[in-house]
Amino acid sequence: MTPNSELNSPEPTPVPRVLSVPVPAASKIESALSPEMPPSAIRLFLANRGSGRIADRAFAGLMLVCACSIFAIVIFIATILLLRSKLSLAQFGFKFFTSQSWDPVSGDFGALPFIFGTLATSFLALLMAVPLALGVAVFLTELCPKFLRAPISFLTELLAAIPSVVYGLWAVFVLVPLMRDSLGPFLVKTLGWTGFFEGANFGVGLLTASIILAIMILPIISSLTRDIMNAVPNSQREAVLALGATRWEMIRVGVLRNSRIGIVGAVMLGLGRALGETMAVTMVIGNHADISKSLFAPGYTLASVIANEFSEATGDMYLSALIEIGLALFLVTIVVNTIARLLVWAVTRGAPARVA
Amino acid sequence: MREPTNFNTKRMKFDQMRRTGVNYLVSGLAILSTIVVIAPLLAILGYLIYKGTSSLNLAFFTQIPKPVGEDGGGMANSIVGSGVVLALASLMGVPIGIAAGVYLAEFGRGKALATAVRFTADVLNGVPSIVMGIAIYSLIVMQQKHFSAFAGGVALAIMMVPTITRTTEEMLATVPHAIREAALGLGVPKWRTAISVSLRTASPGIITGCMLAFARVAGETAPLLFTAFGNQYWSVNLNQPIAALPLQIYIYATGPYDEWHRLAWAGALVLIVLIMVSVTLVRVFANRGQLKGGS
Repeated sequence: MTPNSELNSPEPTPVPRVLSVPVPAASKIESALSPEMPPSAIRLFLANRGSGRIADRAFAGLMLVCACSIFAIVIFIATILLLRSKLSLAQFGFKFFTSQSWDPVSGDFGALPFIFGTLATSFLALLMAVPLALGVAVFLTELCPKFLRAPISFLTELLAAIPSVVYGLWAVFVLVPLMRDSLGPFLVKTLGWTGFFEGANFGVGLLTASIILAIMILPIISSLTRDIMNAVPNSQREAVLALGATRWEMIRVGVLRNSRIGIVGAVMLGLGRALGETMAVTMVIGNHADISKSLFAPGYTLASVIANEFSEATGDMYLSALIEIGLALFLVTIVVNTIARLLVWAVTRGAPARVA
Repeated sequence: MREPTNFNTKRMKFDQMRRTGVNYLVSGLAILSTIVVIAPLLAILGYLIYKGTSSLNLAFFTQIPKPVGEDGGGMANSIVGSGVVLALASLMGVPIGIAAGVYLAEFGRGKALATAVRFTADVLNGVPSIVMGIAIYSLIVMQQKHFSAFAGGVALAIMMVPTITRTTEEMLATVPHAIREAALGLGVPKWRTAISVSLRTASPGIITGCMLAFARVAGETAPLLFTAFGNQYWSVNLNQPIAALPLQIYIYATGPYDEWHRLAWAGALVLIVLIMVSVTLVRVFANRGQLKGGS
């Protein structure tokens, strides 16, 4: 090897030859091939193929168009609902959402009873579902023995797979008689003093609808909560345990406190589902547009009035009022779902969310 | 340092007992809530099997509904009609969904547009199905002045697209980059890589994602209420109202006749069996891959 002083000299050091393989210059390839042997099929194919730039761009453009179809769907739904409800918007304006009378005969439409029904059933359902869902999530992530985890989580996800009509069918033939004959009188006996259980109990009503809604939104809340709780790093749990906490204290301080935001998001997603649920609620809510304090009273929700009266809506104003209700439902669920997904994304860092 | 000697040991013992007691209480509550959650599921399934199997016979699968008052009849037209509408919906929804998923996974990595599409797909999943129904009613049924199976198919298709997009993207993200890079290094153009390499590798997962979306829309009634509308007779004409299984169950369940109720239970059992089979298959494949689509 050359000594150090020679490295600073301008003349280049010779490359040590290990193998004496002659490296042909690039221009020699063609001349090496053309006269003696024809190019192989592969070489011909590659030379004639071109760079494929146009095909790449076209394909990418096609995929982009399909991806933007999702935006197109949302914009399309919003636009068409807005267009078709212009009649009712022009006539009633904001009074539509504060007026109590729903009178198709005289043409006076007000959506307040439906808003009350939707909100009352949804919040009651949340009240019943959230503690249960949290309990299931805590059980499955922290307390459950490993061999039971898969079957029980499979069962809770099976709850989400049952279609809405089947829930409604079961509710009509099992839950309504149960409410009428046993649960109703029991509630009147124990909680009648609160004033929420007055009036005749026919089995159908706000409470029955809330119960079936609670059963339907449980799997969503619990599976999302489980995802969020699993996203909490194990170091948090270990740190709390190292400080001498019991298991519940570890869950409360190490896991639940860190996932508060995500759990709020999961609950809001359940709320979004409850707001828009149609079939099961329509079958058990009694379909009577009235606001009342008693939980046994029949009610009406935004989605139920559309389901029941849409195909028989005579007159443009009637149809327009119903489509305006649909628009209101669409906007409310979009807002609730956006906030919910933002909260869940914030905790799970944009990891693939459950499609529920 | 001087040792502290004034521990209130009685208080400490009490605190320890309290904390242990609370721990056991909460564990008990968690187990109780799991039982309370599983119980309605088993109750529903059990009651369904009990009520439905007694009404399932060959006539159910081969005959159309008989007039009220006559015994027998079946829901054959609803099962076939459901098949037609779902096939139409899959034909329209699956290609668009997969294409959107390919964009999100292959071409859009890191771009803001991809994040927006992903977010919008999640939000669209939460829109009530009845809103989709009345939107398609306003678009197609009002223009054509009649209900049609085609409108029902479109309504279900736009419900399938967000689900399929998200699951396709998730499955394509599990394809190792090394495979893509190997193909690109061999000179395969990017579009060909996406189709022949990425999609082919992820195809089991993508198929199960499509089955997930299929199982979800198979049970939907609300979008079909004002688009496909239901039909009491044999019809597979795409331009006419068509019967669908969930729709027929709804009509029969809310009707006043016992015969109708019997048919509704049988129909519900058939529907549930179809959906459960799809969900179980998804679960079986999901344990092999990394599909995290719920439901």
